[in-house]
Amino acid sequence: MREFDTIQQMSEALSRGDVTAVELAEAHLVHMEKAVGLNAFVDTNPEVTLAQAKASDERRAKQEGGRLEGIPLGIKDLFCTLGFSANSCSRILAGFRPNYESHVTGRLRAEGAVFLGKLNMDEFAMGSSNETSVHGPCINPWRAEGSEQNLVPGGSSGGSASAVAAGLCLGATGTDTGGSIRQPASLTGIVGIKPTYGRCSRWGIIAFASSLDQAGPMARHVADAALMLNVMAGHDPRDATSSTLPVPDFTAAAMGKDVKGMKIGIPKEFAGDNLGADIRKIWENGAQWLADQGAEIIEVGLPHTEYALAAYYIIAPAEASSNLARYDGVRYGRRAENPKDLEDLYARSRAEGFGDEVKRRILVGTHVLSSGYYDAYYNKAQSVRRLIRNDFTKAFSQVDLLLTPTSPNAAFPIGAELDPLDMYLNDVFTVSTNLAGLPAMSVPAALNAQNLPLGLQLIGPAFGEEKMITAGAALERAAKFHVRPTPWWMPEGDR
Amino acid sequence: MSVTVDTVCKVARLARIHIQEGEAERLTGELGQIMDWIDVLGRCDTSNVEPLAGITVDEMPMRRDEALMNNSRDDILANAPAQDEGYFVVPKVVE
Amino acid sequence: MSQETTIIEGDTGIFEIVVGLEVHAQVLSQAKLFSSAPTAFGAAPNSQVTLVDAALPGMLPVINEVCVAQAVRTGLGINAEINLWSRFDRKNYFYPDLPQGYQISQLYHPIVGEGSVEIELEDGSSKTIRVERIHLEQDAGKSIHDLDPRSSHVDLNRSGIALMEIVSFPDMRSPHEAGAYLSKLRSILRYLGTCDGNMDQGSMRADVNVSVRRPGEGLGTRCEIKNVNSVRFVQQAIAHEARRQVEIIESGGSIKQETRLFDPDTGETRAMRSKEDAHDYRYFPDPDLPPLVVTQEQVDAIRATMPELPDQKKKRFVEELGLTDYDASVLCADRANASFFEEVAKFAPAKLAANWITGDLFGALNKAELSIAESPISATQLGQMIGLIDDGKISGKIAKQVFEIMWQEGGVPADIVEERGLAQVSDTGAIEAVIDQLIATSPENVAAYKSGKTKIIGWFVGQVMKETGGKANPGIVNQLLKAKLDQL
Ligand SMILES: [Mg+2]
Ligand SMILES: [Zn+2]
Repeated sequence: MREFDTIQQMSEALSRGDVTAVELAEAHLVHMEKAVGLNAFVDTNPEVTLAQAKASDERRAKQEGGRLEGIPLGIKDLFCTLGFSANSCSRILAGFRPNYESHVTGRLRAEGAVFLGKLNMDEFAMGSSNETSVHGPCINPWRAEGSEQNLVPGGSSGGSASAVAAGLCLGATGTDTGGSIRQPASLTGIVGIKPTYGRCSRWGIIAFASSLDQAGPMARHVADAALMLNVMAGHDPRDATSSTLPVPDFTAAAMGKDVKGMKIGIPKEFAGDNLGADIRKIWENGAQWLADQGAEIIEVGLPHTEYALAAYYIIAPAEASSNLARYDGVRYGRRAENPKDLEDLYARSRAEGFGDEVKRRILVGTHVLSSGYYDAYYNKAQSVRRLIRNDFTKAFSQVDLLLTPTSPNAAFPIGAELDPLDMYLNDVFTVSTNLAGLPAMSVPAALNAQNLPLGLQLIGPAFGEEKMITAGAALERAAKFHVRPTPWWMPEGDR
Repeated sequence: MSVTVDTVCKVARLARIHIQEGEAERLTGELGQIMDWIDVLGRCDTSNVEPLAGITVDEMPMRRDEALMNNSRDDILANAPAQDEGYFVVPKVVE
Repeated sequence: MSQETTIIEGDTGIFEIVVGLEVHAQVLSQAKLFSSAPTAFGAAPNSQVTLVDAALPGMLPVINEVCVAQAVRTGLGINAEINLWSRFDRKNYFYPDLPQGYQISQLYHPIVGEGSVEIELEDGSSKTIRVERIHLEQDAGKSIHDLDPRSSHVDLNRSGIALMEIVSFPDMRSPHEAGAYLSKLRSILRYLGTCDGNMDQGSMRADVNVSVRRPGEGLGTRCEIKNVNSVRFVQQAIAHEARRQVEIIESGGSIKQETRLFDPDTGETRAMRSKEDAHDYRYFPDPDLPPLVVTQEQVDAIRATMPELPDQKKKRFVEELGLTDYDASVLCADRANASFFEEVAKFAPAKLAANWITGDLFGALNKAELSIAESPISATQLGQMIGLIDDGKISGKIAKQVFEIMWQEGGVPADIVEERGLAQVSDTGAIEAVIDQLIATSPENVAAYKSGKTKIIGWFVGQVMKETGGKANPGIVNQLLKAKLDQL
């Protein structure tokens, strides 16, 4: 199969008739089969995929093509979509097949996208390494120079990141509650966008933390991610938190616009003592790239940054403890065998169905909401959240965008067995935007000394994705990050 | 504010998660570590700060009062672990 | 305003009962509070359940505007403050008929604030019961425990239906007051059209908070009796529960705050076996829902469509239509009765109309176990019939015949009277002939009259009426008789 580098190239080939959607789908399925060692896809259904591709070719023949007509995409397991299971990579949802379609995947379908299958992720999107999946860890296609050690792709959208980075698909959906699109994008050298809270409907996406969750695109290129976001975004009356604001042309924002005159803020609080020299260097480079293209670099303060992670680890588990109460073995999902009574059914179905990290977060969330602790923890965290948002509001009165590193480190080995707190630190640069509901994206910037990718994060004001994407494209142009991982995971003859 | 085994057992019971013999001690350690870490918030002055819910839409959108079924009963029962004559079935509940 | 207190006399002194009610009233709407599923009663199990109601993964709530308007309307109906900004919270607990694992409710910021309801006491005086708040929340589904010995069956048809929880202050002091409050509240809700008030279908149920105290003391520890579903049961439950608490206190015990159930078969309350107090509901704002904002303009628009409520209506019936307090109360307690009366009163004098409705019509409906809506005699028919009495076309006695005919066969009163020759005879010639005949054949009674026993004229009237088959106009008969006898 001919390699395509961008969705636009693929679309043009389809329009010219160089290739059909069915041929593309078949080639991708073969490719996925060979890359099974990455453990990126957790559910495939070739019959459904090929039927979608066939329908796409028929539409194209009638000149009815949509904006993603015939483009094969991967879907994170958190999205409910027809024809595939949706298990949130959890044992508790084993066997669950939704007979409904999430708003976001429905929009992708409506524009002609072909779904290759469901992608691995941390169980219920809780994790930063994709190691908490019931299907086992997903593997990063990148390896450190000269090493054969398997690395994590980041998480929770690790399957999406790994699949896109390995070229199993040109785009995939992700979700981001505290950094779950951006951190894996950074660790796999791809682009990931977390839109403003409310930009994409949450309807049909398995909830983790309702006030933080947002769906977004993951792709190799800014323009592709922008195109996908254009399709995924938009008002949905079924989600009361879905914004009614019109969706700007993100694709145009990604192309042919420059950053001349833009004010880019560098939040000094992100440059703590623990920040690695390689990360610091990449960050400085990023600022320079934007400055070289005419942007003005300004130092700004986000004084409550140090509290973001702790506030996040109260709010997210609190909401999760309630959102995950529905997995009780009564209406769907796993039920413990031979329960001796109802309480036993609940307690064992949930103990057997949830993994350790999910249990931990449910327990923390239950604790911080329980009587006597609500004000000290939950309300306190929500107050801190307001201070964090106020910090951003103030910063955005001075600058157009903020530039920070995406992740505090590059990909780390699978099975490193970080303790929970060390794992939580992976989100240190990403969570504050979720707390504030702001859009943010990660753009691949460079390889570190071990030859592992690292990304830079751009943060915009609420519903200010356009400028953010324009600046993202500017970073992309300057970074010239064209390297791809060596396909060690492919059978010898296919590398 | 450190976490005790009793707290862990109470919380696990509230969350309807069965914990095995010995598991409580491990969880107490883990939760204690997380809760101690979270205590950093104590240093942040939040007096006179209204908690923020985080939602960007500031008024509730409303639906019209139209009765409409977009799914069948089978759709509702399709994934049920146990059902009988259109009902979900669970072990006998007292009261 | 009088204070009516039911005193319980214990061995060690007297006790006062203190009652507060949390009434759950099902909002009248086509669809549920946060989903489009229909709310009709009695459908096949799980047939009125959307993906949202069954809490499938990824499903989200969107509020029904009519449910919000109904809550506002109800608030206005009890003169309560409407909170233009309110919010929904999650109340977290596990139960098979609670699919989400939480109930969406309003703990911290309810849509309706303080209001009040006037009740009538047994001595005819009135008392104000204060309402603390009304909030909107979701109903739970239904668990059925008797279909199988080992399992419970769950039907989610009710799950997600909108409820208004109307919480009173502990202002009631007797079973009677609680009953009067509940009846009055139901009447107001029906007038407003915000709840059908059908307690037997579960559209209205009450959690009853009961405590006792020695007069002058602060509030005692209360017990909550859950889900009582009739006015009578509420009264029985309070009476039993208060006696139980007094007995405990008198024997040196103390009341444990707990949730209890009322058993209609025994008339007693008992503690719930499942430990309610083990609950910790972990309320927090529902992150799926922005704040509920209603504008003053919307509230004013609802206010502009408010119907006349029972208290206003009763006042008008007494002051403007001259009804007795009692008749006005009886008619106004139910909106359908009051409307029926007002319709009848278009054709006939109000007092006469009230008498016929509260007397003959209610009697007949009761006997036939029919509601006013099912009455075989329409308001127009009854009104026309009473109009005939008022015009002197028929007597009250004949009217009872006409009433019976209309009840059995229907028909227009004037036609019935015409066709069956029931019209009153006002032709003095015909009546005079009968009187002359009577005087001629009853010399003893004539003599008695002449000797001063003028009351015997009643006998003469009766005879004339009998002779004319009840159709003679009694007024004219009286007048003619008197004239003729006095002439003799
Ligand atoms: Mg209650
Ligand atoms: Zn309630």
